[in-house]
Amino acid sequence: MPKAILYDSTLCIGCKACEGACADRWRLPYDDKIAAESRLSAHKLTTIQTFGERFSRRLCMHCVEPTCASVCPVGALHKTALGPVVYDAEKCMGCRYCMQACPFQVPVYEWHSRLPKVRKCDMCYDRQRAGKPTACAEACPTGATTCGERDALIAEAQRRIAEKPHDYYQRIYGLKEAGGTSVLYLSAVPFEQIGLRTRLPQEPLPALTWRVLSAVPNVVSIGSVLLGGVWWITNRRDAVAREEGGKR
Amino acid sequence: MNRLLARFTIWRTIFALLLAAGAYSAYLRVRYGLGGVTNLSDQFPWGLWIGFDVLCGVGLAAGGFTLVAVVHIFNIERYKPILRPAILTAFLGYLLVVLALLFDLGRPDRIWHPLVMWNPHSVMFEVAWCVTLYTTVLALEFAPAVFERLGWKKPLDWLKWISVPLMIAGVLLSTLHQSSLGSLYLIVPYKLYGLWYTPWLPVFFFMSAICVGLAMTIFESWHSSRAFGRELELPLAAGLARVLAVLLMTYLFVRFLDLEQRGALALLRENRTETWLFGLEILLLATPMLLLFRRSVRWNPGKLYACAVMVLFGFIANRLNVSVTGMEASSGTHYTPRWTEVAVTLAIVALGFALFRVMAKQFPIFEERHATPYRQMASSETRETEGVLVGVRNAT
Repeated sequence: MPKAILYDSTLCIGCKACEGACADRWRLPYDDKIAAESRLSAHKLTTIQTFGERFSRRLCMHCVEPTCASVCPVGALHKTALGPVVYDAEKCMGCRYCMQACPFQVPVYEWHSRLPKVRKCDMCYDRQRAGKPTACAEACPTGATTCGERDALIAEAQRRIAEKPHDYYQRIYGLKEAGGTSVLYLSAVPFEQIGLRTRLPQEPLPALTWRVLSAVPNVVSIGSVLLGGVWWITNRRDAVAREEGGKR
Repeated sequence: MNRLLARFTIWRTIFALLLAAGAYSAYLRVRYGLGGVTNLSDQFPWGLWIGFDVLCGVGLAAGGFTLVAVVHIFNIERYKPILRPAILTAFLGYLLVVLALLFDLGRPDRIWHPLVMWNPHSVMFEVAWCVTLYTTVLALEFAPAVFERLGWKKPLDWLKWISVPLMIAGVLLSTLHQSSLGSLYLIVPYKLYGLWYTPWLPVFFFMSAICVGLAMTIFESWHSSRAFGRELELPLAAGLARVLAVLLMTYLFVRFLDLEQRGALALLRENRTETWLFGLEILLLATPMLLLFRRSVRWNPGKLYACAVMVLFGFIANRLNVSVTGMEASSGTHYTPRWTEVAVTLAIVALGFALFRVMAKQFPIFEERHATPYRQMASSETRETEGVLVGVRNAT
């Protein structure tokens, strides 16, 4: 059963314990200065953002059909059966198409490294494989971030919305966005008010390029027959013209 | 004479300076990484090097496959005299694109990875394979000039034997990756501005590549005629220009038809940077189209050249609009290239002109029997330098 994360913005108190736990897990530096940064970056793979009195969390969405994995020319990114989308730095050549293509603008780059890598949350793939919760979920003191199986978390989210309809905006973000994600959001207000992109297609994005790429074999086979045919006809015409010209 | 010498020295100095600035930027690139020399960011991961050096570079080299198709597949033999220069332009163009990629890739030492680590779902993977294979095809298409020069008969015969499948492969590979450069952007529907994002991107990229391939062939014939003291093959250039006018008209028509179908025409009423830069792009393509429909323009070398240059700039505007202008609003940041990015790009363009000149002098790429023979050697020397310098100036 694929794993997922549920982030309930109404429960978040903005303590940033998840940020600290995430930095620890990746052995990244973490201090007040870094805590104050609101953007994802090569040294900050999850971040708490403030919108007035509300908070929101950013991290890799671990799409059900990840765009990054589909665009990567060397297959350095892939969706595991367990749910996390993981990255193999040994394959990556640094074309940064994943960063360009990600609908959630998540992957970040080590711009100042001489041997740079892409960086992003991997939903604690190693911990989850060992049956442990993600570092962020473990660290969260209020239960705003929880992890578990995607179906179970969706049911849980629906239960919360149904129980306290006045506290929640009546939708779950991540259910359908870009074909569905493994990070789900609940919020008291419409999602764009806590900085989430809502102008996203409901279908998985990889279909957009696959439609064209799957035509490649046809272009090659029909194209070569067509071009070969044109070549044969035009040459034959010339040969015939020469022949007839010679006879005269 | 002195004035000419002075001019010659000035342009040579500028060329040297461009190369030096490029070399210094290359050093900085290796020493400090991408962050040290570019204004790229997590919000804006592709800049000038992808937008100009790769997208425009590949497009500007499209004359090679277009003319191969015209001369050898459609068998329109009269264009043969300008085929080899077009192939050389394409070959050098692709080599320079690969050079530019070495700057842009975070790990240039792994540029070969797509050849062994496959992901057929990736447009980039397809482009990588097509560009690799097509550069090989171009090398083989240019090889006869080298073998003729060296007087090697055997390899020439072998090449002749595989030439037809090779040319067909070249045209197919070009069709695939010229359009695929547009497909790269199909994946960003919510990021690329509505004036440019359309499911037809691959088709538009392919059509505009053919247009710019023809314009580039005219541009390059004009410069060669000046640089090497030859007559411009005016009937051929004018012939290409007529086809170019019709293709531009078709291209612009379908672009607007698509805008209309998607209901994106309303975007043109908005007073934003995107609207103005879209207007510039269309103006740079529509003006030469209208002019080239006139016979008097097509048969006037100066005007013809001006039109070709406009098409080149219109094409460049389109590629930069797709890759930079159209991506800015959604990225939440502004991108202007840093001087080091510009320096690398200019150095690569300058290198292209220099390499073309050297190769064209070394190898038989202009057909003597079709063209007017070289003018008196005495005057050709000065004309040569002048032509290349004009070339460098125009490129920058």
